[in-house]
Amino acid sequence: MSKKTTIVPIGPYHPLQEEPEFFKLHVEGERVVHIDIELGYNHRGIEKISEAKTFEQAVLLVERICGICSTSHPFACVQAVEDAGDVEVPVRALYIRSLIGELERIHSHLLWLGLAGHFIGFNTVWMWVWRYRESVLDVFELISGNRNHYAMFKPGGVRRDIRNEDIPAIRRMLKGLDGPIKLFRDAIVQDPVIHARLKGVGTLTRQQIIDYAAVGPTARASGVDIDVRRDHPHAAYDKVEWKVITAQNGDVFDKAVVRIGELFESMKIVEQCIDWLEKSPGSIDANPGQIKAGEGIGHYEAPRGEVIHYIRSDGGNRAVRHKIRAPSYVNIATNRESVIGQSVSDATIILAAVDPCYCCTERMAAVDAANGRRVLSGDDLIRLSREKTEEIRRELGLPGPELALEKALRRLG
Amino acid sequence: MLSELKTRLGGTVIAWREKSQKRHYVEVSPVDIVAVTGIMFKDMGARFQIATGADTRDAIEVLYHWAFDTYGCVVTIVVRLDRANPELDSISGLCKGAEWIEREMWELLGIKFRNHPDMRHLLLSDDWPEGKFPLRKDYSRAN
Repeated sequence: MSKKTTIVPIGPYHPLQEEPEFFKLHVEGERVVHIDIELGYNHRGIEKISEAKTFEQAVLLVERICGICSTSHPFACVQAVEDAGDVEVPVRALYIRSLIGELERIHSHLLWLGLAGHFIGFNTVWMWVWRYRESVLDVFELISGNRNHYAMFKPGGVRRDIRNEDIPAIRRMLKGLDGPIKLFRDAIVQDPVIHARLKGVGTLTRQQIIDYAAVGPTARASGVDIDVRRDHPHAAYDKVEWKVITAQNGDVFDKAVVRIGELFESMKIVEQCIDWLEKSPGSIDANPGQIKAGEGIGHYEAPRGEVIHYIRSDGGNRAVRHKIRAPSYVNIATNRESVIGQSVSDATIILAAVDPCYCCTERMAAVDAANGRRVLSGDDLIRLSREKTEEIRRELGLPGPELALEKALRRLG
Repeated sequence: MLSELKTRLGGTVIAWREKSQKRHYVEVSPVDIVAVTGIMFKDMGARFQIATGADTRDAIEVLYHWAFDTYGCVVTIVVRLDRANPELDSISGLCKGAEWIEREMWELLGIKFRNHPDMRHLLLSDDWPEGKFPLRKDYSRAN
């Protein structure tokens, strides 16, 4: 690909119209030399809105910040309110909170795995992973009534109990996931095409993670051993056995390895939670009255990393200040390091590797570094990413993971 | 760890409020913010979580939340700024993770961050009217 100055017409938009890209990659030939990150398109003023909501309403409000990690915000929010008001939460509610949080982590990581497969050209992996993800969403519908936005959290506890008659369905789901996820893990982690495609791509060093204050799998893949569930114990995380997953190289491959490892740890936590819940009846709500004046901080390890809420109360029934910081806020900034100098065909998977909390594919474009004219749309970038995988497959003379994986999955039935 | 932190912060501490073992709120003078950040980030190795800007009746506050993951606590550094002219040195030179939130606190609260490498709108549109800061308590959509 030579230095381009042609404009590629993109979709229904006029090619010369100023299209506000979320990620604008400046390219010289095939190299990314600069990235513009433009935020704010989904800014809804939620912090301001929260000042007009009661604390209980605010929990439902913040659940809608994100669809995929929707319970993470309520998790941190109620903890901030409880921190401010010195509210003690009944232990059964703590277990239910961890149960919900880990079920969410499972389906969120499965979503990411599928997307990653899609971006590098393994649509079969995508479809199969999302098929298994459905079983987790079915469990959510069973216990909360919704596939997303479960409305389970409230200051002082949880809104709904877990019924013992629903627990066998959760166990069946775990059992049904275990075999396939092991197959996905082996297929992805051992496949030479995936190795060639993802190792050494989009690397972030330990120091870069620390400088940018990045969190979550993005940080852990670079050997930064932080996890809010372990470091700042809350809910039931210090009552069950599990471990934090880290890797050392900080490339896209390691970020995948970390997320896959976390899937198994989450399943372990879910199992221990339902075992405990099954034989431990009790209150699920402390029914706090007024939240006294003061301030509180609540944080939780969302699938993407630490989510943190700060709440200031003046003794009334609503926050006078409610600060929210999602993990993607600190993680997306690391793209300034991870994508520079890389090939434009790797851009898609590198940007996706921090697992940003929105669909960014429509929001990517590449422009010629010399004159700023758009040369590649988001679809082009995905196409290039897939073509690179094809090239690697041809060079190695290997099929990649899909055929073997599909055969094994069908055998599982 | 806390006693080491207290020693290092020394005279910069105006007030130290321990809400609980896990939550500490430490007020320092705005002029010391860069030095204090150096102590938190470089000397003590704390992790920058985020900064909260807040408008109160008599001041604009900036709270810097620092996590000590090994100790399971959060130490929040608080500075109070003059509401009429809230100005503060940027800490992004020490901590890149603060760059975006300083932009956000400027556009939503009107805090001026001196020596910021890239001060421009983060969330609001570039043609947002000047001088209108949505998170201020006296913000009104009426002109």
